[in-house]
Amino acid sequence: MRLHEYQTKTIFRKYEIPTPRGKVATNAGEAKLLAEEIGGPVVVKAQVLVSGRGKAGGIRLAKSPKEAEELTSLILGREIKGFPVNKVLIEEAVIFTQEVYIAITLDREAGLPILITSGSGGIDIEEVALRSPEKILKQHLNPLLGIQDFHARLVAVNMDLPHPFWRQFAQILSETWKAFREHDAILVEINPLVLTSDNRMIALDGKMVIDDNALFRQVELAEYRWIEMENSIDTEARKFGLSYIPFSGTVGCMVNGAGLAMASMDLIKNFGGEPANFLDIGGGASAEKVGAALRIILSDVHVKSILINIFGGITRCDEVARGIVSAMHLIDTQVPIVVRLAGTNAKEGMQILASQNLVLAESLSEAARLAVGLSQRE
Amino acid sequence: MSIYIGKHTKILIQGITGNEGLFHTRQMVQFPVPVVAGVTPGKGGEWVLDGKVPVFDCVRTAVEVSGANTSVIFVPARSAQDAILEAVDAGIKLIFVITEGIPVQDMVRVKWILQQNEVVLIGPNSPGMLIPKQAKIGIIPGDIAIPGNVGVVSRSGTLTYEVAHLLKQAGIGVSVCLGIGGDPVLGTGFSEVLDQLEHDPDTEKVVLIGEIGGQEEQKAAEMIAKGYNKPVVAFIAGQTAPLGVRMGHAGAIIERGSGSAQDKIAVLESSGVKVARLPEEIPDLLM
Repeated sequence: MRLHEYQTKTIFRKYEIPTPRGKVATNAGEAKLLAEEIGGPVVVKAQVLVSGRGKAGGIRLAKSPKEAEELTSLILGREIKGFPVNKVLIEEAVIFTQEVYIAITLDREAGLPILITSGSGGIDIEEVALRSPEKILKQHLNPLLGIQDFHARLVAVNMDLPHPFWRQFAQILSETWKAFREHDAILVEINPLVLTSDNRMIALDGKMVIDDNALFRQVELAEYRWIEMENSIDTEARKFGLSYIPFSGTVGCMVNGAGLAMASMDLIKNFGGEPANFLDIGGGASAEKVGAALRIILSDVHVKSILINIFGGITRCDEVARGIVSAMHLIDTQVPIVVRLAGTNAKEGMQILASQNLVLAESLSEAARLAVGLSQRE
Repeated sequence: MSIYIGKHTKILIQGITGNEGLFHTRQMVQFPVPVVAGVTPGKGGEWVLDGKVPVFDCVRTAVEVSGANTSVIFVPARSAQDAILEAVDAGIKLIFVITEGIPVQDMVRVKWILQQNEVVLIGPNSPGMLIPKQAKIGIIPGDIAIPGNVGVVSRSGTLTYEVAHLLKQAGIGVSVCLGIGGDPVLGTGFSEVLDQLEHDPDTEKVVLIGEIGGQEEQKAAEMIAKGYNKPVVAFIAGQTAPLGVRMGHAGAIIERGSGSAQDKIAVLESSGVKVARLPEEIPDLLM
């Protein structure tokens, strides 16, 4: 789960990572009041979960509360890269002398947390990584101990950080580790972390991504998910433990397991069809889960046929079959459904489905071929 | 016999009284490699499967009484870190983690401890391992493969079953079928399993089933390119799937290569691996 900048900064403040003074506004009037409260020039920042919002006009400088009000009404309600802006962050404008980059993420290949830093922070950091990789310092971290002071010294020396900043920099790095560790993050990024002429360091922008698998113990963060307007299909899918990604095709898919789901999509494409979605029902499949999956797939009006492909391991095919039968009673649809069951209790499952209004297939390629054919019927 | 396990193997099931644990243990005991004990905290003293398998409260007692040396973990994700560490503490050196959805930071810490203790962990989110007619460790349906000389190693669960099933229909037997798991941080990677298969006298050919994301297939390709003594056939799922959303700039900075199916296929082919475009092409490429 990605957090918005304002949510990330709320967490930073808990850890005493310095951030600009600021608050979220949901309308122009609010923005004006906040700008008055802050005093001086402010920055109006669209809160959307896409990168490159600055270049897309989502970050604007306002010299007066009046201008903050105008800019807010300009930004709110419009879309940035397809994402509607519902909130803006109003922050004091900070004058700085240098931008640096720090991030902690997981290096999945090494199976270790990694600290990535650069003295050349800012919006072109990826460019820096490509052109001058020597300006990026990467250090793997012991997952039990995290960031030690020596890591901070190494970074400070590497980025030529002036001495007066060293102490607070070590502090910021160690607090960033704590934020990463204690919030089950898979990414904490501060870009830029700026240096001011009066020797302060301030996190001007922040990004956090939280491990979805850990939301059961990150209760506060899990609530952010419901507060944020995410599309309801997404919410519905999550509620039932389904992983669903819509595409623009016409063959709906319901498969157990991500690998098999992707292979099923590959086959649909191979037979000349276009998958309408990726949907992994995961392990186990109660009637409620199968029913929810069917409802979600059918909520896409472009779906002309559905392929259900289940290879039972931990999931038992008879249970899935019962799920399909009871879901069919609840859902009224003319969309043809092709079912293929194999593996654990497949025979029992196929028997349960025999009397239903479904197309049954023996093999995956047969099922994919049938589903594609049905999707192209006029 | 095969890789990782042998005649000495005695299996312990952590989470044996749970729905999935019990269902799959019932199938596992039908194979020669014995399930000697189970653990469910609070249910010590009970017996399951008509008195065949004793249940203990903790792994240490189970190991002392039964001599178990290999653990299969079915416990829920939130208790998985604890269960794995308990197995390590009790001296178990081979652990299969079937549980899916373990927080990745838990896995990172666990992996660190595993390395300190020289423990081999397969998974998490692994379907386990199947040696047709000899051993079922985990959830791979026991009858999807027939005995033979092809070693199947995969990142996926159900897609592995699909491939094993296709091989069976083509009359091709399997020496071992192993899923390394679908999570971002794994106890054991493709290259470690390939190394085991290279030294397994029962395996003559290898099928590798990968998918988009990460670098496991690239690492395997590097290893094969250096000289591998058995022919390898591969399939990469997700040729038509879009890559996942990028994570900040950090993801781009540490990534080596895009992780797309096309990249993986290219690097595998340049290492001498025959890559099937569809699962059903795999049997032919093995001939």
